[in-house]
Amino acid sequence: MSTSWPLWEVFVRGKRGLNHVHVGSLHAPDAEMALRNARDVYTRRNEGVSIWVVKADDITASSPDEKDPFFSPSGDKVYRHPTFYSIPEDVPHL
Amino acid sequence: MSFDNAYESLLGHEDSHWAFGTGFSESLVGVDREIPSTVDAEALAIYCLMLGDDALIMSQRLAEWCSRAPEIEEDIALANIALDLLGQARLLLSRAGDVLGKDEDELAFLRDERGFRNVHLAEIDCGPGPGGDFGTTIARLLVFSTWRLALFSRLRGSADPVLAAVAEKGLKELAYHRDHAAQWAVRLGGGTEESHRRMQAGLDRVWPFVSELFLSHDVESRLGGVAVPAAELKSEVDGVLEAVFSAAGLTRPADAPTPLVAGMAGRDGVHTESMGYLLAEMQHLHRSLPGATW
Repeated sequence: MSTSWPLWEVFVRGKRGLNHVHVGSLHAPDAEMALRNARDVYTRRNEGVSIWVVKADDITASSPDEKDPFFSPSGDKVYRHPTFYSIPEDVPHL
Repeated sequence: MSFDNAYESLLGHEDSHWAFGTGFSESLVGVDREIPSTVDAEALAIYCLMLGDDALIMSQRLAEWCSRAPEIEEDIALANIALDLLGQARLLLSRAGDVLGKDEDELAFLRDERGFRNVHLAEIDCGPGPGGDFGTTIARLLVFSTWRLALFSRLRGSADPVLAAVAEKGLKELAYHRDHAAQWAVRLGGGTEESHRRMQAGLDRVWPFVSELFLSHDVESRLGGVAVPAAELKSEVDGVLEAVFSAAGLTRPADAPTPLVAGMAGRDGVHTESMGYLLAEMQHLHRSLPGATW
């Protein structure tokens, strides 16, 4: 039974103004039921105001094998970071 | 905290991490519990027991699915619904207790079967026991939540401020319960040949208990402006169910006379055979260890 339901990845937005954040995955027969299951599994403690569900199969992910060519080259490019700006203390989530 | 911050309005009044949940509120804060002088207090207590017992017994039945639902996600969904109903039951039994001078636990755990006033639909075994299966449970939940939602939407205008507040709070919960049941009814009804057969069988099993939901009761007439006459709900319930049946390819079973027990309904405190077993399980802990807490 379980194996016949596809896997869905769940993204929840905690508050207006924040991003949707990946919170986990679940099984559901279709997208509408996935949304409802996500509501029950991931927002029952007041965690969210908006949910996205995406079929796990539809996500193309980078492979651990590609880690070095993908991510290492940016490691020594300090000039890409906005470290030369001062950030106001009252700007959260930056 | 800066008073001229463009981000503040986006974040509300505090910015603790969302995953721990924020903004919980106690139910019914600030609602006047004084019983209005125009209201028949004894009838109000009985009416609150009726609606509270419906929720309590239905909650107990749904909780039986814990660890037995077809999928873990559904296990959580049914438990959530059961807990919503338990919350409604607590508020309503407490309201009855305001009149009767008892607390919610005494009313839930120390009343005998004849003191319970829930409709038979809430108490019958619709699975996971031998009396049904997941389809039967969905059929009952669909009917029960459609009926209770119609009732609560009218109860918001009750002359008893507590009943009105309970209805206002419960409405959103019941809207979700109805949606959950309808989503499943459509999927099972329009799914495979086997799922359709079992969904229809479930509907046939619960249907004889539906007409009892619309029986008028003496206390309703003693509570004009406070209670909702059950007969008023029928056309709305019929309309909603018809829409679900049509989307799900299900056949509305033929109406049959209400199967009363010795001529009496659940509202009169007379119950079907399964009620005694249900209460034994629900009450035994409290009766064996009076005042037990977690």
